[in-house]
Amino acid sequence: MTELSKTGAAVGEPTDASSAPTSFLEVRDLKVHFPTDDGLVKSVDGLSFKLEKGKTLGIVGESGSGKSVTSLGIMGLHTAGQYGKRKAQISGEIWLNGTELLSADPDHVRRMRGREMAMIFQDPLSALHPYYTIGAQIVEAYRIHHDVDKKTAKRRAVEMLDRVGIPQPDKRVDSYPHEFSGGMRQRAMIAMSLVNNPELLIADEPTTALDVTVQAQILDLIRDLQKEFGSAVIIITHDLGVVAELADDILVMYGGRCVERGPAEKVFYEPRHPYTWGLLGSMPRLDRDQQERLIPVKGSPPSLINIPSGCAFNPRCPYADVPKDNLTRTVRPELTEVADKHWAACHMSQEQRERIWTEEIAPKL
Amino acid sequence: MSENAEDKAVSIPAQSDGAEASSTDTKASGTATLSKDAAPGETLLKVTGLQKHFPIKKGLLQRQVGAVRAVDGLDFEVRSGETLGVVGESGCGKSTMGRLITRLLEPTAGKIEFEGKDITHLGVSGMRPMRRDVQMIFQDPYSSLNPRHTIGTIVGAPFRLQGVEPEGGVKKEVQRLLSVVGLNPEHYNRYPHEFSGGQRQRIGIARALALKPKLVVADEPVSALDVSIQAQVVNLMDDLQEELGLTYVIIAHDLSVVRHVSDRIAVMYLGKIVELADRDSLYRAPMHPYTKALMSAVPIPDPRRKSAKSERILLKGDVPSPIAPPSGCRFHTRCWKATEICRTTEPVLLELQPGQRVACHHPENFEDQAPQDTVLLTAAKEAAELVADEVLAESAETSAAVAAELAEETAEASAEASAADTPADTAEESARENTPAEASDAGSDSEAGSATGSETESQESTDK
Repeated sequence: MTELSKTGAAVGEPTDASSAPTSFLEVRDLKVHFPTDDGLVKSVDGLSFKLEKGKTLGIVGESGSGKSVTSLGIMGLHTAGQYGKRKAQISGEIWLNGTELLSADPDHVRRMRGREMAMIFQDPLSALHPYYTIGAQIVEAYRIHHDVDKKTAKRRAVEMLDRVGIPQPDKRVDSYPHEFSGGMRQRAMIAMSLVNNPELLIADEPTTALDVTVQAQILDLIRDLQKEFGSAVIIITHDLGVVAELADDILVMYGGRCVERGPAEKVFYEPRHPYTWGLLGSMPRLDRDQQERLIPVKGSPPSLINIPSGCAFNPRCPYADVPKDNLTRTVRPELTEVADKHWAACHMSQEQRERIWTEEIAPKL
Repeated sequence: MSENAEDKAVSIPAQSDGAEASSTDTKASGTATLSKDAAPGETLLKVTGLQKHFPIKKGLLQRQVGAVRAVDGLDFEVRSGETLGVVGESGCGKSTMGRLITRLLEPTAGKIEFEGKDITHLGVSGMRPMRRDVQMIFQDPYSSLNPRHTIGTIVGAPFRLQGVEPEGGVKKEVQRLLSVVGLNPEHYNRYPHEFSGGQRQRIGIARALALKPKLVVADEPVSALDVSIQAQVVNLMDDLQEELGLTYVIIAHDLSVVRHVSDRIAVMYLGKIVELADRDSLYRAPMHPYTKALMSAVPIPDPRRKSAKSERILLKGDVPSPIAPPSGCRFHTRCWKATEICRTTEPVLLELQPGQRVACHHPENFEDQAPQDTVLLTAAKEAAELVADEVLAESAETSAAVAAELAEETAEASAEASAADTPADTAEESARENTPAEASDAGSDSEAGSATGSETESQESTDK
């Protein structure tokens, strides 16, 4: 399997294996495995992608598809954390701005964290420290990377709170997280992660805990800030609406692997993987006329300890029997380029998928 | 009654003859508390002036210092066989509403009638026969199932509690229910932790359906589930409604899910219903500004519309506290159309169009209810800055068009109708909306002056 996924990376991303990449962020064959009593949990199992500055990558998938584990992997937060008594097993390469993060000195990665890469977490209440004021937490983040006195740092904190749209920032800077509403907490989190002008911003389900009206405010904010700071953004979500709003490229994950990746337009209008079809069909849409019925994906997501052999999606795939020789159940499909910058991992031939999409799936959506 | 029961029994596909008998049996042993079953389309549940205030107590004596007005005066009815969707942001009181109509909470004021019977203040024993007809599906499939009980015990509990002995025994009936909701009947002896989230939600649904209820209140039934599983559960609920003739009240925050499942939709804001309308009218032409803002905020899964950001209405700030809700219209602090009357007079939920009830002085897509009141509040001017000019212009246009149409109708109906007044007002209104900055000069002095006069006038216009 290791061999296969390596070739997969090579087919999907023609890269020179050893040299530093030209892209701002490049992940090559990333694997994150957690040993547990029940067996090895293969949360991420061979993931490769690239991201340029000023661009947004949306990672979509269901719970347990490895989205968050990927982001924590990039941030280097797995090695520090212990799972039971055993650490996560990480392999592959993560290149950020010419530095390989997995083999780099942990101290060096720590210095990069916050300044070159920052993260917005899903639940701001548990990500903010309840004992410290919002201001103190932003000041701390700023002073770790900048040699300034507290006053200057606080001015910077007020400035950032103002920038993310918190009213009366000079007063609210001394508030505690519990005094903020959910939307304001998320704004404060964004202020904290952007205080050092990071070049890479990872937002892990930044709006899942919020109401739609607040979600709209936060998505607008992220988009504006990205334009202003020119950073690269990875947005992780299960909501296809959110990725459609923000992302330039979309990566669909299933069972710890990428099943489809490409420009947002391509993935939404010419998806070439049955799982992506399933996601699109499961979703009631406000912008279309009322559908009679949703087209759900049958079954439930696989256990990451026991990923189905062959294509991980095969037990749920309505087209699993289309390829000959029981191929879907025995051989892992590799990412192949189906169009310019658009990859999908499926055993069905291009023509078959194109026909199924245009004739069977698209008219029902 | 027995007719109806037969009806239901026949339509369940996986059912044997025995089950049909059991359903009649169920009804018979139910000591006939209900006079009759509501026919489809008839009012099953009627709520008037429903309130729930949670007291805030302080100090040694635990004196009440205030109240969280979670639900503050709801009027609506649920018709037999329909699905009423309830949407709103967190804290708007939609879940409290669900718990009130299932009588899991004691209302502070108001009246709840189920099939014509007042159930507002029934005690535990008085409610017991009712519980059979009103069931609830809970949001969190992890905390709503007892981890120490097997699925068989959980789904069979309603039979034990109600003292119902289904034909063929509880076990057989439970296994039939499990197959109805798409679970393997052989999992009868498994524990909740052995199931995935979607499967657990199915168990919750099986439990709710055990006693063949008439009304099922589902509080965020799919929000804890993954997208692909969500669709499975939505389809399952759809099928069950068709097969069993169920009536649903579905509470959710996801507007696209609500649109998919509902026949009528109530939009709640701070403990009040601001708009209650048929699904199609609501989504085609929302009248309350809040509904419009809420709908425009839903991200559309279509990358080609990324540039169409201007359609979005961003609301300023957060929902105010339900402890001290704003005076007048509760939305006036965030509304871009708010005028003095909105601050002083609470709008009544009026049926402006057949099947569309709205509580607003200045509705969208309809004639202005208080056209004489044109001076925007300062807050509204700030709010309007967040709304794109195109949206404002478009809304003014449609409002004017509808008003003109109505004016024509009135002119036709009666000669002395004030046909001349209405277009003049709308012209004024559209002028105001296109240039909110101009009006700002008029400012606060005229605001106070126009308030008293406008109130009576608006009353007149609503009477019309």
